[in-house]
Amino acid sequence: MATIDEPLYPIAVLIDELKNDDIQLRLNSIRKLSTIARVLGEERTRKELIPFLGENNDDDDEVLLAMAEELGAFVPYVGGIEHANVLLPPLEALCSVEETSVRDKAVESLCRIGARMTGKDLIEYFIPLVKRLAAVEWFTARVSSCGLFHMAYPIAPEVSKTELRTIYGQLCQDDMPMVRRSAASHLGKFAATVEVTHLKTNILPIFEDLTRDEQDSVRLLAVEGCAALGKLVDPEDCVEIILPIMVNFSKDKSWRVRYMVANKLYELSEAVGPEPTRSDLLPAYVRLLRDNEAEVRIAAAGKVTQFSRILNPELAIQHILPCVKELSADSSQHVRSALASVIMGMAPDLGKDATIVQLLPIFLSLLKDDFPDVRLNIISKLDQVNQVIGIDLLSQSLLPAIVELAEDGHWRVRLAIIEYIPLLASQLGVEFFDDKLGALCMQWLKDKVYSIRDAAANNVKRLAEEFGPDWAMQHIIPQVLDMVNDQNYLYRMTILHAISLLAPVLGSEITSSKLLPLVINASKDRVPNIKFNVAKVLQSIIPVVDQSVVEKTIRPCLAELREDPDVDVRFFATQALKSSNQVGKSS
Amino acid sequence: MNGGDEVVATPAGPTLPLEWKFSQVFGERAAGEEVQEVDIISAIEFDKSGDHLATGDRGGRVVLFERTDTKDHGGSRQDLETMDYPLSRHPEFRYKTEFQSHEPEFDYLKSLEIEEKINKIRWCQSANGALFLLSTNDKTIKFWKVQEKKIKKISEMNVDPSKAMGNGCVASSSNSNNPRTYIANGGSLDNSCNHLSDDFTFPSGGISSLRLPVVVSSHETSLVARCRRVYAHAHDYHINSISNNSDGETFISADDLRINLWNLEISNQSFNIVDVKPANMEDLTEVITSAEFHPMHCNMLAYSSSKGSIRLVDLRQSALCDSHAKLFEEQEAPGSRSFFTEIIASISDIKFSKDGRYILSRDYMTLKLWDINMDSGPVAAFQVHEYLRPKLCDLYENDSIFDKFECCLSGDGLRVATGSYSNLFRVFGCGPGSTEATTLEASKNPMRRQVPTPSRPSRSLGSSLTRVVRRGAESSGVDANGNSFDFTTKLLHLAWHPTENSIACAAANSLYMYYA
Repeated sequence: MATIDEPLYPIAVLIDELKNDDIQLRLNSIRKLSTIARVLGEERTRKELIPFLGENNDDDDEVLLAMAEELGAFVPYVGGIEHANVLLPPLEALCSVEETSVRDKAVESLCRIGARMTGKDLIEYFIPLVKRLAAVEWFTARVSSCGLFHMAYPIAPEVSKTELRTIYGQLCQDDMPMVRRSAASHLGKFAATVEVTHLKTNILPIFEDLTRDEQDSVRLLAVEGCAALGKLVDPEDCVEIILPIMVNFSKDKSWRVRYMVANKLYELSEAVGPEPTRSDLLPAYVRLLRDNEAEVRIAAAGKVTQFSRILNPELAIQHILPCVKELSADSSQHVRSALASVIMGMAPDLGKDATIVQLLPIFLSLLKDDFPDVRLNIISKLDQVNQVIGIDLLSQSLLPAIVELAEDGHWRVRLAIIEYIPLLASQLGVEFFDDKLGALCMQWLKDKVYSIRDAAANNVKRLAEEFGPDWAMQHIIPQVLDMVNDQNYLYRMTILHAISLLAPVLGSEITSSKLLPLVINASKDRVPNIKFNVAKVLQSIIPVVDQSVVEKTIRPCLAELREDPDVDVRFFATQALKSSNQVGKSS
Repeated sequence: MNGGDEVVATPAGPTLPLEWKFSQVFGERAAGEEVQEVDIISAIEFDKSGDHLATGDRGGRVVLFERTDTKDHGGSRQDLETMDYPLSRHPEFRYKTEFQSHEPEFDYLKSLEIEEKINKIRWCQSANGALFLLSTNDKTIKFWKVQEKKIKKISEMNVDPSKAMGNGCVASSSNSNNPRTYIANGGSLDNSCNHLSDDFTFPSGGISSLRLPVVVSSHETSLVARCRRVYAHAHDYHINSISNNSDGETFISADDLRINLWNLEISNQSFNIVDVKPANMEDLTEVITSAEFHPMHCNMLAYSSSKGSIRLVDLRQSALCDSHAKLFEEQEAPGSRSFFTEIIASISDIKFSKDGRYILSRDYMTLKLWDINMDSGPVAAFQVHEYLRPKLCDLYENDSIFDKFECCLSGDGLRVATGSYSNLFRVFGCGPGSTEATTLEASKNPMRRQVPTPSRPSRSLGSSLTRVVRRGAESSGVDANGNSFDFTTKLLHLAWHPTENSIACAAANSLYMYYA
């Protein structure tokens, strides 16, 4: 064993641990692979480290995953881009392991390296690698190869290009469904690199075969290809070849395929333009909105806004709106919920009149939905509709919905509505808020659930930000201050928390005149929890108020608390004092 | 059976009954040897090629066997991925490896013991020369990879391993008066490395005194089984079946009331596709007993119920497949109802034929073959042990009536087989005009019981044996007609080789193999 100099010792351990029995140590070493490479130098990295990694690829998946990732950024350590090809063999080996995440990472790293390699090296090393992987007897390597064609193809000489296209075609007809799935999902990327002339003669036939695959899982990936290819080919070809395929898919027996169509249809309609969209895609979309499988309707409902945007308003009103009306009364709550989250977006496209006549009744019925998620989704997008029709028309129906949600039995629902209160306040305006919602905000401060009280305190702060200190002085502070004497110490604690949040918003003046006396008062509380929270609040107030106030009021109070019998109170008081000293010094 | 439109190599006219011969036995009991509960085989499964056989037992172990009579084991991709090449000899297997798949557990939330017993094994697509399989007990499914690994040794290191142990041991530098310690797996190493990269200038040629560990791989190999994934916490009831899909990426698991769909690569979520649980459990009249995917159509699956029906489900129709596409059910003859009618109608196992055209089902007394294109009734039905019918009352008393016998079809679809009591199993011809009905005994001389009903005097069993068998019922005896039956030695599990006439069956802890 060689004796290692002191400064090299840690690196020696690091290298040895590449082969340690403990996986965690091997992982550590692999993550520091760049350090090891720098110590070894470029030449030995090329000649020793990289082959070493290539030979030791039967490790655990976690280690292989880390290795695949490190190698992707290894070009500088092997001597720059002219030596990048030495990195390909170990990554090639990782492309055939059975763990998908490792293979995907190896493909990603190969693409990263390939993107930097020179044309000559790509032809000499990268293209043969792609061909080798595509011909390996185990399906895992063939799966990986599909993700590399788009790197190899653009720089390939004409002969190789033909060959690559043929090989890709074979992969699309592989015996193993896993390979066909991979080929189908990478087809769009590959097609984007293929010349337009070959697109029609080579790629489209391959694609058409995939769309007829017996496996649902392959066909549904081909749906994605529809949208991608649609953008690549001539508009005429798109209408002539791809459009019918998509329309057929929308009638597929498998709901999973139709589900994909519902998600991707609007992308294709962007590619084909308005006329074919109206004549072919619109009927298909309407069919999907009325699909008998709820999952498909959920997906279709979620795209209502995007699809309507492509159509002109008349068509949307004529064809889409009737479906939307049906969906708003759908038997599945998830469909209604999906609709509620996007339907507001239709308002700007339809214009004020149509929105009032057509959409408003739907909004209102969704606002009265039995299922809280549906109501929440409507409320969360209120700003969009406000821009079109103004809040007045909605406010009458809005209020009962909000009140009901605010008192919902599930605290998560209450939490969600609290998060929207500042948004609602800004939309509804001060007066409406004062009348109807102010009381609710105070009520939440006394909720049974901590998360709600916590959110309510935050809410009070955000309202103060929205409406300004003057309004807060009038409408929040009195009620808040009132509650500081509540029987329940948990509520008193909530108020302390609210005060610490409000102080920075309200500024030095109000804090020292209104809030601080209350906090000081609370330091006499009989519950130690309140007292150490007082210490914490005081610490947070120190930066807000004047130094004189700190000296005159805060420090004496803290000093008193520091002598408290309770150890926690003493601890937090000491901490607060320390920080007050620091503030004092810095100012 | 005429396997669909294209019948491959079906001889004209009825096929001749097969002459079954003993091939091998693994785990044979010596006379008087007690059967250990944990050794009792609870699952048998051939892989798609028939080159490997897996058994699971009540002790949670999975044992793998490999075929020895095939010439090359490396094989080309076509052979290993699709695997159907003809062979001249009958299959012979040897022990390959075994591993502990499941351990006994305790569910503290429900105060339930979870047995380690393997309920089902299914083989998955092999890749990179490694074998993959799914095994399940009552609650948890596991995905296993079994691979041959070369034994490697590390021969040279930078730091003397006796001084610097990697596993968290403290290593101190040897040539320093001020010994700094480096904890291999901890902050100190990270710090010193960062420290190094800040201050240390890397010489352009590298540091020659450092070298990579030298790994010497020997020619010895060892088989390593690694659990790749665990699919847990998805079943409230006991899992009775698992089955993989022809798409190679999904599989189902079925318990008494639900069937879940999984992606092999995702172990933390599954989709419920069939749910027969009634809103009120008092309304429960029927449970799921077995489920299997169609061998070719990725969207079709069949499941059987305790009421004797088989439902064919099309996954394309909807996300939750509560409505079946087809229902296969036989109307009982009026007037024949008895107390036991419903109990014995319960289907214990279903299997698709290799071409997917037929479904074989086993209920307590019969084996039925259904054409999936004909839901009015089975195309064939075979009585397995009709002589037990007068004994149903006794069988009910000792719980034997609830035994779950498996069934299997031959690769060519011309024969079916299932087990019975007294370690007997029966093979029936289901080809056109076939009257083949053979009774075999799981012993070294299978054909000695070559009569329609068994008439051999009861095998004398040591009292020690009956004591250890699970149900422990006193049941060996001879009935009024001199027919013997032994409820304790039941042959529940058997599998037919996918390409050849060869059957593997389990008699308690012994695995018997026969060929014809």
